[in-house]
Amino acid sequence: MQRTPDTGLSRRDLLAAGAVTVAATTAGSSARAEGAAEIAPANEVVVALQTQMQISFTINGTVKELNVDTRTTLLDALREHLHLTGTKKGCDHGQCGACTVMVDGVRINSCLTLAVMHEGDSITTIEGLGQPGELHPMQAAFVSRDGYQCGYCTPGQICSAVAVLNEIEAGVPSHVTGDLTAAPEASVDELRERMSGNICRCGAYSNIIDAISDVSRSPA
Amino acid sequence: MRPFTYERATTPAEAAAAAAHTQGARFIAGGTNLLDLMKLQIETPPHLIDVNGLGLDNIEATEDGGLRIGALVSNTNLAADPRVRRDYGLLARALLAGASGQLRNKATTAGNLLQRTRCPYFYDTAQPCNKRQPGSGCAAIGGFTRQLGVIGTSDACIATHPSDMAVALRALDATVETVRADGATRSIPMADFHRLPGDTPHVETALETGELITSVVLPKPLGGRHIYRKVRDRASYAFALVSVGAVLQPDGTGRVALGGVAHKPWRGEAAESEMPRGANAVVGQLLAGARPTRENAFKITLVERTLASILVEAKG
Repeated sequence: MQRTPDTGLSRRDLLAAGAVTVAATTAGSSARAEGAAEIAPANEVVVALQTQMQISFTINGTVKELNVDTRTTLLDALREHLHLTGTKKGCDHGQCGACTVMVDGVRINSCLTLAVMHEGDSITTIEGLGQPGELHPMQAAFVSRDGYQCGYCTPGQICSAVAVLNEIEAGVPSHVTGDLTAAPEASVDELRERMSGNICRCGAYSNIIDAISDVSRSPA
Repeated sequence: MRPFTYERATTPAEAAAAAAHTQGARFIAGGTNLLDLMKLQIETPPHLIDVNGLGLDNIEATEDGGLRIGALVSNTNLAADPRVRRDYGLLARALLAGASGQLRNKATTAGNLLQRTRCPYFYDTAQPCNKRQPGSGCAAIGGFTRQLGVIGTSDACIATHPSDMAVALRALDATVETVRADGATRSIPMADFHRLPGDTPHVETALETGELITSVVLPKPLGGRHIYRKVRDRASYAFALVSVGAVLQPDGTGRVALGGVAHKPWRGEAAESEMPRGANAVVGQLLAGARPTRENAFKITLVERTLASILVEAKG
């Protein structure tokens, strides 16, 4: 990663630090603007403190403690505070699935949840699934099936795919499940429907489904 | 997002009291709709009350053979519950037709009922919207209306309610149980829970300030065929143009509720007496008085044809 010569900070560090400064400025001026008449200076400090919170959760098996602005999404906590940049920000509105992670084994959009709502939770990101040299079977299948082109949606696709197979195993039905009372199967139609919350603008969908099918057929 | 303070409530009554105490406070459960709106500054609560720790995440049998669904049961867990899949297929199907797997894992039963409209003019803060900013006007009227309401609309608002789940709950005659700030509880029938826009489209439900949904109760199972058919612009992960939920009995009687056409799940019990005469007769009565625009008049025909296809499927 490129370092700026004077500070030794990476470009990402610098951007993150800038964002924190802007957030603090906004919080302060807003508190003053809205409560100037009623709130004494001593109280203003309290208002500022209440929008910062200490949280503790487990990320990829390691306990992490953070002090965050209450507005921080889980996605931004992962990327900007913990520098786990494998999880991607696409739309930031729950429409694209690039930010998909697993919380206590359940896949969610990390952009539509606050970090402070995850006290004590166990979170798995793409970095926790596998690493170069010791890939998760789903990561290996995406590589062997060429389940991507630009790769930006891939961490979200892989986290989602791992959770999809768990959901089918647990008997969770889908929109295309024929018999609601029967155990669902990992058919192509089922996988396509269940992966619809992960958008791939390069259009690698057919290879993605091939990769997930490979993993679903392989012995556990 | 605007800055906000945050607390975790531990009991329903405490949460309701806290919400009544702080003006503009919002409950947060799944957060999938609220946080989206907060990022766009359509919602700007100064305080959030996290209700995830209230223990309202169980589904229990009721004494009269129904189910009491905790407010915090996720859409996934509700659709996957064996009793719901067996006895309330309409509800399971409606839930599974909505959103994505990731969103259903977070979205809750109560939050689904309280989700806001997806009217594009509600989302565009550069446009007037009586729902977002009371008294500012409605840019949707005279605008792009293909997705918007055809019945029960007003001169102030033509938005629709986006929920699939609520359509099923309306057809199943569910009731919504709540607790208020003073600790009092009440039950609100689904028929009365969502409001028509009238001249106060920003008031969307019967809930009072600070009132918290604790559960949704299903009456005992109806039997019959449960069919939910959602018509949308793509095969998955899209809001309905129209949706039709029906419970049909072998003797030709049945219930039907509609999504995507009004400010609330649309049902007319009188129209259901026309069921043995077919879709044309039912929809003629159910959507009598509709005021569609030129762009969304197709929804009337689409509802009739969707119901007709459901009636054929139920016979097969």
